[in-house]
Amino acid sequence: MENAMKTPPAQTWDDNVVLSVEHLTMRFGGLVAVNDLSFNVGRGDITALIGPNGAGKTTVFNCVTGFYKPTEGRIVMRHGKGLQADRIEALTRTGRQFDDDGDDRVFLLERMPDFEISKRAKVARTFQNIRLFGGMTALENLLVAQHNPLMIASAMTIGGIFNLPGYRKARAEAIDFAAYWLEKTGLIDRADDPAADLPYGDQRRLEIARAMCTRPHLLCLDEPAAGLNPRESNELNELLQYIRKDHDTSILLIEHDMGVVMQISDHVVVLDYGEKISDGNPELVKNDPKVISAYLGVDEDEVAAVEESIDMPVIHGKTKPADNGEGGQS
Amino acid sequence: MEYFLQQLINGLTLGSIYGLIAIGYTMVYGIIGMINFAHGDIFMVGSFIALATFLALVALGISALPLILFITLLVSMLFTSAWGWTVERLAYRPLRGSFRLAPLITAIGMSIVLQNFVQITQGARVKPLPPQIQGGVTLIEGVTENGTIAVQLSYMQMIIIATTLALMIGFSLLISKTSLGRSQRACEQDQKMAALLGVNVDRTISLTFVMGAALAAVAGFMFLLLYGVIDFYIGFLAGVKAFTAAVLGGIGSLPGAMLGGLLIGLIEVFWSGYFSVEYKDVAAFSILVIVLIFMPSGLLGKPEVEKV
Amino acid sequence: MAAGLVGVLGFFFLALRTDIGTGGLDLTYRWGLWFISIAIAFGGRLLLNLFVFNRAKPIASGIKISLPAGAISAGSRVLGPFLLLVALTLPFIVMAVYPDRDRQFIDLAILIMTYVMLGWGLNIVVGLAGLLDLGYVAFYAVGAYSFALLAQYFDIGFWMALPLAGLLAATWGIILGFPVLRLRGDYLAIVTLAFGEIIRVVLLNWYDFTGGPDGISGIPKPSFFGLDFTRTGGFAEFFGIDYDSIHRFIYLYYIILLLALITNFVTLRLRKLPIGRAWEALREDEIACRSLGINTTNTKLTAFSIGAMFGGFAGSFFATRQGFISPESFTFLESAIILAIVVLGGLGSQIGVVIASVVMIGGIEILRNLGFLKEIFGPDFEPTQYRMLIFGLAMVLIMVWKPRGIISSRNPSAVYKERKKIGSDMVAQGEGH
Repeated sequence: MENAMKTPPAQTWDDNVVLSVEHLTMRFGGLVAVNDLSFNVGRGDITALIGPNGAGKTTVFNCVTGFYKPTEGRIVMRHGKGLQADRIEALTRTGRQFDDDGDDRVFLLERMPDFEISKRAKVARTFQNIRLFGGMTALENLLVAQHNPLMIASAMTIGGIFNLPGYRKARAEAIDFAAYWLEKTGLIDRADDPAADLPYGDQRRLEIARAMCTRPHLLCLDEPAAGLNPRESNELNELLQYIRKDHDTSILLIEHDMGVVMQISDHVVVLDYGEKISDGNPELVKNDPKVISAYLGVDEDEVAAVEESIDMPVIHGKTKPADNGEGGQS
Repeated sequence: MEYFLQQLINGLTLGSIYGLIAIGYTMVYGIIGMINFAHGDIFMVGSFIALATFLALVALGISALPLILFITLLVSMLFTSAWGWTVERLAYRPLRGSFRLAPLITAIGMSIVLQNFVQITQGARVKPLPPQIQGGVTLIEGVTENGTIAVQLSYMQMIIIATTLALMIGFSLLISKTSLGRSQRACEQDQKMAALLGVNVDRTISLTFVMGAALAAVAGFMFLLLYGVIDFYIGFLAGVKAFTAAVLGGIGSLPGAMLGGLLIGLIEVFWSGYFSVEYKDVAAFSILVIVLIFMPSGLLGKPEVEKV
Repeated sequence: MAAGLVGVLGFFFLALRTDIGTGGLDLTYRWGLWFISIAIAFGGRLLLNLFVFNRAKPIASGIKISLPAGAISAGSRVLGPFLLLVALTLPFIVMAVYPDRDRQFIDLAILIMTYVMLGWGLNIVVGLAGLLDLGYVAFYAVGAYSFALLAQYFDIGFWMALPLAGLLAATWGIILGFPVLRLRGDYLAIVTLAFGEIIRVVLLNWYDFTGGPDGISGIPKPSFFGLDFTRTGGFAEFFGIDYDSIHRFIYLYYIILLLALITNFVTLRLRKLPIGRAWEALREDEIACRSLGINTTNTKLTAFSIGAMFGGFAGSFFATRQGFISPESFTFLESAIILAIVVLGGLGSQIGVVIASVVMIGGIEILRNLGFLKEIFGPDFEPTQYRMLIFGLAMVLIMVWKPRGIISSRNPSAVYKERKKIGSDMVAQGEGH
């Protein structure tokens, strides 16, 4: 997939799709946050969703992960290879939430409640404003993420109360798995510290580690590089590359840091005012005049510009003042 | 029909009293996000102060009833406000910025203290006060098989409903027009930021308690006049009902509190009138549960948008 | 400045107190007493003003320094086994030390233990899952009435009824919990309060079934493997010892101790299980829980129903201990006391609940026995009146002193290398904030 960057028309993400968002519309009262949006997330890709503040990126995320019920549209998650178009059409007609025959499972995320999306469809997410379990240790945070397998292992708690060997084994494995991810994110020395005690950059990585502990097929990251210094940002790049390569996990991320976006993503989707204005590899998007006028036009490093632009109310007459940062519905 | 109308009037009267207490709950909740459990007992203290003042004035030989009522109202508002202020100062202010359950527990503690304080100083027996304002207007007279049935609007009820209306209007103006109201709304949004911008947060919160207590005193006085019987325990049930009213209307919203109060009053009176007196509280609470299940932020509350 | 504040505060108290003094004797003809009471109120208030309120500031700031949290938490590790040992041997200690008042002390111990158990049960709901439940007494009532009614109508004994009562309370927990658990924070609080009141009012008015305000009496006492604690043919005769009614008290004490220890054991186990960790995660951040695939409704329901179940056990025990129950025993005040025990003890802390129960419940009972004050203040003075007043003041003072409760640190449920206590400032309080 790396070479997809050099050959713009290849578009592997349309052939081997893990997640497809189809005609997604989300309205809040009269406000149209996302309007008829369609895009694909390729399996094994790092896909970036970018756009100015208030473009509707987080809303898309919330629809994908089930925190909002979309007004219209379909969101399909595939575990198996290929488009499986017929099967998905059939499933859509039945009114069921998912079809989990065999390994090629397909899920209609817009029909599923949020926790089921993580549990069954294996879509994990992080949050723009970090949501860790602050009073619990880093290790406990990662164990909570393995709740469902552990629940089964503890025979819905009953086996656990009597501390049966089956549960003890599962518990030891869960701790090992958590330790593995703590190792990978460089947090193993802080395993027994409360999450709220960790520095900001560590908290970001811990949240990613926690999401990975649900063993996701698709990892959705909401501004993972926000607030990181350049060194931490680089480490994050490496971590994401590692996750994608070694764990068969596709990544969908929202990011403002263009450095991160251009460096690591295979596929970029640009939103503005809830509509898609560009979709392609980073090279293509970078040179798209629409994107430049809507978003990148000010400067190469848009983030820096926005952060300094508290007194500058508009960018190209379109974006909102950047004073209150990125609200929940950006 | 006549019976219905009569119940409607009674319900509105009772509802006005609940509404006045509910405003105290809703304001405090709006500004510091805590359930002021002692508020019902502030109401009770208010009615006791009113009773004492009333008797004192009578003992002093003042015979003009309107004058007595007016002075009693003012005195009870003033002194109950002082109680409200003191409770806030002693039990809540030291815990400001602390976690959520601490002030709840001190509030329950304060409620126990107030109840027992009044019980000790005033005795546990009920205090009857003979009806002071008698008479009324007969609105409709109807004839049924059992004889005539009249829809009465007593002067007492008129006074209660009118006072409540006047206070509501005055209050809405106070909140929307004055700088105090503005400070309150600012503290509601963000206390730290309000403080940075020069709002005296402590003073604003104290004043909120003072205003809530003053309204509770009015409610207490009217309760005394309407029912003529008070004891140290009236605060609990009235408090719970009023809080229910505040939640029903959408906590944090002043019109909501009034609406909730009226609804609770009506539900109670109609339930007692048509079904059973014993289960009137069950009816009020059941309605609350049902409303909350379908409208989790109450009738007039702002729907809570879940920020992710 | 402070003095001025105290002056104003004192003035209002002063004025108010005298004012209320007037009303207290309304419509009675004790005018002489009335003047004296005003004078006493005035004078007492003035003295308090001068000596207590002027000093209030330095005392308060002195208290704030208090013990370092570390000392308490280090102590609590030793404290647990120590308290257990004391609890196990308590009846014999009491009988040895206070042979003439043993019944009274054991009865007090039983009462405290009941509250410990209730506190532990509620701790699951409020302390671990972070759901504010103001109607916990409802489940206590369900447990008590289940047993009483089962005994009355079906002649079922305590040991048979106990699991049934627990089950019934848990079922009620689910029935009541299901519609309301999606409410947030204070809405949940008021609805649970409402449910508590509804159940009480129904018990009060459903005369045919529950006996209404008259309650149910003649609830059977628990038997010891079929042996009753009666003068003849019971426990004493079987073991060949002299009959003494104290045996029954001791037996009751051990029943409640056993029940409480089971509650504690199960809670501690659950905390280390995925379900318990999910409760705590729920308290910390519900949205994050959902993003990790946790079914928050079910998780809340389990917390609610398990808490309710222990409340139900405690309720049956209460019924069998008293032999008589009426709706009087299940007022909101009970819920408030149990909640206060949990919060004062420190949310989520098991030992904290024990300490808070001993202090609060033991404290109330000690205040009952302040008869000697009568001799100081004359026969009209009734010290027991001040019991609840002091109880309420103590609640306020302890909370202001330690807003996080007596034991506020959290023990992690799983350890990688080293167990570290988690300071209370990190731990969230659940729903709403």
